[in-house]
Amino acid sequence: MDFFVQLLVNGISIGLLYGLSAMGFVMIFKSSSVLNFAHGELLAFGAFLFLAMVTWAHLPLPAAFLFTLAGCFALGFIVERIFLRPLIGEPLIFVIMLTVGLASMFKGLLLLVWGGNLHTYPDFLPEFLSIDWGIIHVAPVYVATLIIGMIFLSLFGLFFKYSSQGIYMRSVADNQKAALSLGVHVKRVFALSWAIAALVAGMSGIVLGIINGINVHDLSAIGLKVFPVVILGGLDSIGGAIIGGIIIGLLETFTGGYLSPSLRDVVPYIVLVLILLVKPYGLFGLKEIERV
Amino acid sequence: MKKLRFHPCGNYRENYKEELTIFETDFGRLWLGIGLLALFLILPWVVKPYMIYVLNMMGIAAIAAIGLNILIGFTGQISLGHGAFFGVGAYAAAVLATSLDLPFFMIVPAAAVVTSLVGMIFGIPSVRLKGLYLTIATLAGQFIVEYILLHWESLTKGTMGITLPKATLLGWELSGDTSFFFVIFICLIVMTWIAVNMIRTKYGRAFIAIRDNDRAAEGMGIPIFRYKLLSFAVSSFYAGFAGALWAYYMVSITSEPFNLGLSVEYIAMVIIGGMGNITGSIFGAIFITGLNEVLRWLTDSMMNMGVFTSTGLNMAPLREFTFGAAIVLFILFEPRGLAEVWRIIRSRFRLWPFSY
Repeated sequence: MDFFVQLLVNGISIGLLYGLSAMGFVMIFKSSSVLNFAHGELLAFGAFLFLAMVTWAHLPLPAAFLFTLAGCFALGFIVERIFLRPLIGEPLIFVIMLTVGLASMFKGLLLLVWGGNLHTYPDFLPEFLSIDWGIIHVAPVYVATLIIGMIFLSLFGLFFKYSSQGIYMRSVADNQKAALSLGVHVKRVFALSWAIAALVAGMSGIVLGIINGINVHDLSAIGLKVFPVVILGGLDSIGGAIIGGIIIGLLETFTGGYLSPSLRDVVPYIVLVLILLVKPYGLFGLKEIERV
Repeated sequence: MKKLRFHPCGNYRENYKEELTIFETDFGRLWLGIGLLALFLILPWVVKPYMIYVLNMMGIAAIAAIGLNILIGFTGQISLGHGAFFGVGAYAAAVLATSLDLPFFMIVPAAAVVTSLVGMIFGIPSVRLKGLYLTIATLAGQFIVEYILLHWESLTKGTMGITLPKATLLGWELSGDTSFFFVIFICLIVMTWIAVNMIRTKYGRAFIAIRDNDRAAEGMGIPIFRYKLLSFAVSSFYAGFAGALWAYYMVSITSEPFNLGLSVEYIAMVIIGGMGNITGSIFGAIFITGLNEVLRWLTDSMMNMGVFTSTGLNMAPLREFTFGAAIVLFILFEPRGLAEVWRIIRSRFRLWPFSY
């Protein structure tokens, strides 16, 4: 029973992390229908930028955090401006392949600068965040993840529902041409959504880095694990990303705990194929209706 | 004697048959013949053995890239699992060669058939899925196949890998780069010929119709699921064929090289070469394999000069970066790839000195 509960708690914690990482991905998809294969590298960029701010520049933590977020915001903006904007209106495969190319470019750059070794942050999260209820033990960082996740979830919910920019983003995702003809500034919407997504990705990267240490390969692998999560939750549902993340996290820890540890990494993808066959638009995704 | 055809100064095609011609003029045919003669009669005896190894790699990559181009460029189904299918072909050849006592020329097509069956299994999601969703499904296929290759130990011997017996063809033992050079390039020519001609049949037209608009294609009476599966089967047949040749050429194989990176490499070949262009895939394979070799040579020589020894720079990041940059630059500046560049160069020559 103890084992079961501990697995449950671990699974939910890991799942929350996946959900948080998937949020930025869903953000980009929701506003521009772009499948971002470079998401893992955006996570890694945020994590490494924070590392540089903390260990090289020796900034105080809040300042380092703010600078990192600003840096990620700028990166998202620049990426959209230079690489994605010329492709507005081009076929899907070019956009997908562009993000694949960007992923290897970023990965190469990060490896050139920081190498493939494991880096760690100095310990800074306060102890009072940790939870200890009898057999259940939750490290402070997971509690922080939960808090950050909830804040962002509610912020995004409000943003997409009530703010004019959020409504523009939804309209652009739904139909670019119609949005353009109704006077939505599509380019600005794209730039903004990439910037916000990179910001969220950077933040998730920091959280992931606190838990697992920072390593380019691990973080970009998480960027790929985002796919089962978002497919399960529905590609354009931010809340679905969190729930999908928790389900995938639970699946992973339970197969790792009860079946075999080596199966752990491949189970999300098996689930992914099954979901795609049964329910292609996920649990909370919007069904696309297509006309010739 | 047949009348020789020269370059027309406009589009004078009058029927569909003329539209389908492969060689616009007889000069194209002549130059191809000269090129092939040079490839087989002169090249293997002039260049260094290492260059022959590189050429062989290019040939194998070209076969696999042509297969992927049929799927991506002609049928419009984006697959991120081609590297895994290549691996399935290699393992199928290895298992068949070690367990059955069949000759080389039967094992390679047999391995390709096995791969095309596996490819069809991973093509099944294309019943309901298209575009983005299918791409994600093939990504999952890549990971699942990789896992099976590594963990089905009774068949694939896990991390140990399999060593293949020597290949013999008509009593002639294939060993060394030059003999494989002939086998690989003859296969490449045959496979290219099949692909080019298949695109001109009703199957090819159906693929193109599905790519352009699958709903409309269905409305016109094309059973799209059957053709999508066929496309997956043909594409993985090519991948398996290339993988089997590769396995024989490398002699011993492990599951390590068949990762997502390899799949991305093949997609890069198709994009850089030019989607929907068979010759383009060959250009793309030459470009990417050549790029790999140039980068290896560059980092090696830098190491020897002592520029980077202190920082411990190894080749992987630089390769990764250059790869990504090549894909991104081609998509941004020449989305139709090297085939288009080649066409532009040719028409420059053709119109010189009086461009109109």
